[in-house]
Amino acid sequence: MLNLDFAFLTPQVVSSYVLKGFAFSLQLTLVAMLGGIALGTVLALMRLSSRPWLALPAAAYANTMRSIPLVMVILWFFLLIPLAIGRPLGAEMSAVITFTLFEAAYYSEIMRAGIQSIPRGQVAAGYALGMTYGQTMGLVVLPQAFRNMLPVLLTQTIILFQDTSLVYAIGAYDLLKGFEVAGKNFNRPVETYLVAAVLYFAISFSLSMLVRKLQQRIAIVR
Amino acid sequence: MPMIEMKNVSKWYGTFQVLADCSTQVEKGEVIVVCGPSGSGKSTLIKCVNGLEPFQQGEVRVNGISVGDAKTDLPKLRAHVGMVFQHFELFPHMSITENLAIAQVEVLGRGKDEARDRGLKLLDRVGLRAHADKFPGQLSGGQQQRVAIARALAMDPICMLFDEPTSALDPEMINEVLDVMVELAQEGMTMMVVTHEMGFARKVAHRVVFMDQGRIVEDDKKDAFFGSPRSERAQQFLSKILHH
Repeated sequence: MLNLDFAFLTPQVVSSYVLKGFAFSLQLTLVAMLGGIALGTVLALMRLSSRPWLALPAAAYANTMRSIPLVMVILWFFLLIPLAIGRPLGAEMSAVITFTLFEAAYYSEIMRAGIQSIPRGQVAAGYALGMTYGQTMGLVVLPQAFRNMLPVLLTQTIILFQDTSLVYAIGAYDLLKGFEVAGKNFNRPVETYLVAAVLYFAISFSLSMLVRKLQQRIAIVR
Repeated sequence: MPMIEMKNVSKWYGTFQVLADCSTQVEKGEVIVVCGPSGSGKSTLIKCVNGLEPFQQGEVRVNGISVGDAKTDLPKLRAHVGMVFQHFELFPHMSITENLAIAQVEVLGRGKDEARDRGLKLLDRVGLRAHADKFPGQLSGGQQQRVAIARALAMDPICMLFDEPTSALDPEMINEVLDVMVELAQEGMTMMVVTHEMGFARKVAHRVVFMDQGRIVEDDKKDAFFGSPRSERAQQFLSKILHH
């Protein structure tokens, strides 16, 4: 019989085991989101370029990243980055770099769709006013694309938050790891994994609800 | 020197020729109307003037500057060639005031206050001062198009290009836009206007260019064009759009 006992999860236990991991999971999510969107936007612009030497590498990058399981990318980067830079890198730092580069592929597809959703006439209007390519993108196209795609970008970020748990593969100390260590120390692994699952669910689900609310509010009036 | 000069301009999409040997010119202060059946290349022709459409042969000069020359600073040239589009193309994420100011600030380097004042003056002129803080989506099509004209004028253009400015409008809104354009023409603005509004052409155009299948078929003084178009194609076209 399942004999659950959560009594050991006192505030002290939570703060000494779990909080540190939670902070890292959030940090990883935020950095990978901001970095991923920035890099993804550059990749999307490259991919939409009429110049093959810009479009092809961007397409190859996005397709490669999106065709490899994330857990493998995490492992490979953990092994390869130290070789490339000549010194070992902590699991946490390696995770941040990996997630940023990996998520950029997904964000780039979202931004590409967003940019393509803006009528070509908007670009023509920017050019006709004397704007350069950079100004037309930065002032006219990207703000609209970003706004149109905000719900999708945030949904991808929720997935990213769940995926951060995969850093267990390289032993980084994230939210899940915090629960795992606590569970081992008190010999209550079932309870801690259960609480972890509930917490992931609560965070992801409430964020999804927020995104849905947002979606209804931000539609651009044309 | 003409304000706009097109010499033997040809353009192809793949093997399909959209412009064939088009030559015309617009003198300073002149208003020319470009008309013709849909697909005749009028919009493509006018977009060659400010280099929005590249062309493979011929030459386009605006105020003496060659548009097709790779060395030409196109953004700089376009900054002073106003253009008004069929679908207005106001920036929907900016207020009307911001729409009017953005290029003045970012392209011409004007101060924010100066740009705002200039924008408000022009809004006054097109009768939309009260809508300054609204967003494009809150205005009617006719109002949006008047804002678009004001936006182009805010850049102090040396000439204005209109690409079917009233084709996307409900009939009752066409006149409010045409009134603004007539006023501009009467003030001596150099204008090249792609339109089917023959009333506008009769009122203010100096010359009418008629296009068919990528060619300029007629390029005549207004009275000659409306009095006795030489080509059969233009006669047919006129009889279709004038008699109903």
